[in-house]
Amino acid sequence: MSELQHTSAATRRDAVIAARDLTKRYGRTSVVDAINFDIAKGEVFGLLGPNGAGKTTTILMLLGLTEISAGRVSVLGFDPARQPLQVKRRVGYLPDAVGFYDHLTAVENLAYAAKLMGLGVAERSRRIAAALTRVRLLDVADKRVATFSRGMRQRLGLAEIIVKRAEIAILDEPTSGLDPQATIEFLDLIRELKAEGVTVLLSSHMLDQVQRVCDRVALFRAGKISIMGSVAELSVKVLGAGFVVEVEADGAGIARRLAAIPGVGNVETLAEDRFRMTADRDVRADAARAVVAANGALRRLSVDEPSLEAIYAHYFQATPPGGVRDAA
Amino acid sequence: MRREGSAFQGVGAVFVKELSDNISSVRMLMLELLIVLTAMAALYEAITALRQNTAEDPFLLLRLFTVSQAPLPSFVAILGFLIPLMAIGLGFDLINSEHNRRTLSRILAQPIYRDALLLGKYLAGLATITISLTALWLLVIGLGLIFLGVPPGGEEIARSLAFLVIAVFYAGVWLSLAMLLSIVFRSPATAALVALGIWLFLTVLWPMLAPAIAQAIVPPDPRFAALGLDTPGTAIWTQLLQRFSPNDLFGEAMLAVLSPTTRTLGPVFLDQIRGAVMGAPLPFGQSVMIAWPQTVGLIACTIVLFVAGYVLFQRQEVRA
Ligand SMILES: Nc1ncnc2c1ncn2[C@@H]1O[C@H](COP(=O)(O)OP(=O)(O)OP(=O)(O)O)[C@@H](O)[C@H]1O
Ligand SMILES: [Mg+2]
Repeated sequence: MSELQHTSAATRRDAVIAARDLTKRYGRTSVVDAINFDIAKGEVFGLLGPNGAGKTTTILMLLGLTEISAGRVSVLGFDPARQPLQVKRRVGYLPDAVGFYDHLTAVENLAYAAKLMGLGVAERSRRIAAALTRVRLLDVADKRVATFSRGMRQRLGLAEIIVKRAEIAILDEPTSGLDPQATIEFLDLIRELKAEGVTVLLSSHMLDQVQRVCDRVALFRAGKISIMGSVAELSVKVLGAGFVVEVEADGAGIARRLAAIPGVGNVETLAEDRFRMTADRDVRADAARAVVAANGALRRLSVDEPSLEAIYAHYFQATPPGGVRDAA
Repeated sequence: MRREGSAFQGVGAVFVKELSDNISSVRMLMLELLIVLTAMAALYEAITALRQNTAEDPFLLLRLFTVSQAPLPSFVAILGFLIPLMAIGLGFDLINSEHNRRTLSRILAQPIYRDALLLGKYLAGLATITISLTALWLLVIGLGLIFLGVPPGGEEIARSLAFLVIAVFYAGVWLSLAMLLSIVFRSPATAALVALGIWLFLTVLWPMLAPAIAQAIVPPDPRFAALGLDTPGTAIWTQLLQRFSPNDLFGEAMLAVLSPTTRTLGPVFLDQIRGAVMGAPLPFGQSVMIAWPQTVGLIACTIVLFVAGYVLFQRQEVRA
């Protein structure tokens, strides 16, 4: 586990966010405790962890909205504590349970934010119209935000990031409180951002969604990053194997041949013609070749992708949380 | 550590938004109605009183501000009472409402410093009050023209403008107090209650307490009492203590500016008025000099309260 942490802490050349021993103390308790991570340009990075683990605090430190107690962090090459305006000009932030001025319309809310960004009148209205179209709020653009549902507010918050043309989007629990349909739509919007080259940092409790959209995740616990990496990497670390492949095939010595495939952990013989193997990658193609090479008849080949849910549950059960604090 | 960029970036945007919020708010409408109605009543009384006098007074217009006809206090006294209410009404939820609406972290994630938010909001509140007071001032001048029928002289206009400026500074004190409380207390209701408590204490209780405390410090001398006079030591202490209240500073400054015959605001010693022509008005410049320390006191009080709020807000957590 610590080995994984070390490889991730190694400096990447294309890192847009780099944290080194980043620490936040309230009084004597370290709420964020010497964490290290790098986020590459264009990556979708997920922060996971139980309530009070320190995700929001980490985000606030990245934005210069709360003081850093120790350590360093650089965002797009700037120090958020010393050059907060440079950072905030380039980074969009969607706070968890985002709020708007209820008596103003969607457009007015965005216009205020855009003014604070320093955009001129023409540029402002052009970008706002485009952003509202993208988040599909154009038809309610002139309605007061008081009438908006949770999902609409969340999308309006994303529109603000789009108006800003942020290079990094930091989303704190963007899908909490959304219904499944709204969640899917929101995740699509996040993917669109990624496709445009925006780096996305998001925190969430909704594991399967995080899994669907994140390239890498960091599991927070009591202010520390316990493990970090892609979902496949984590499942190897936590579950011992990433993929479970089931093969149904006739033929002699298939189990032996399957076991010889590089990356396969173990092969279980479920029935005479059914085998289950665990591997650290998707080995279906190799398994098919192995069966064919043994002159076997391949009838079925299925794979269970590792689920973040299983990793999370397994990880936090296996190592019971010590001193997890309540959320602020 | 030098910060990059200007602390004032975004002040304009915040100012414009807050000003338009203030002006269109129902709360502001109520406060203005309250002030205009009470002020009109006081003015009506003053006009009736003044029309019965012959128009010999060279400062008839200024008398409109200061004449009081029982049971109503003078226009200036009413403003001294209501301006704090208006400032508190505008300021008690400046910052905590941003917390409660959860807009604060979103706004502070824009490329501005916290200074800009605070300053923009403060200036917008002050501008709102200035607009209302200016309207009220025009109303007084207009009514004076119509009902008293004497065009105001240059000095009267100058003196009444000085009144306007000092009234805005006075509002500034209460606005910065209200803003400080809106930073300290997360709940707007608490902030409003505390602000109103302080207001009541300083306008109602303190004028009664100050003499009592002064008498405890310097017990009245029976020899002065026998002559029906105040003991000088006690009187000095009373005034000193009363000056801790911005209302008192405002009242004194108004007295100096609007009553041109005012020569001094403290107890008078004989050697101070040697050679003075009693009852003769002072030139405008001299009256301003008399009101100057009080005005500076109001400004200093504003600055202290604003800086206290500023420091607290800088270190405050943005998360709700
Ligand atoms: N102002 C504060 N003073 C003291 N402790 C605080 C303060 N703010 C937050 N904390 C503590 O910091 C810890 C981390 O809080 P944080 O909000 O970062 O957690 P989180 O991971 O975002 O949780 P959640 O998933 O509930 O949003 C919590 O234990 C919280 O109690
Ligand atoms: Mg959080």
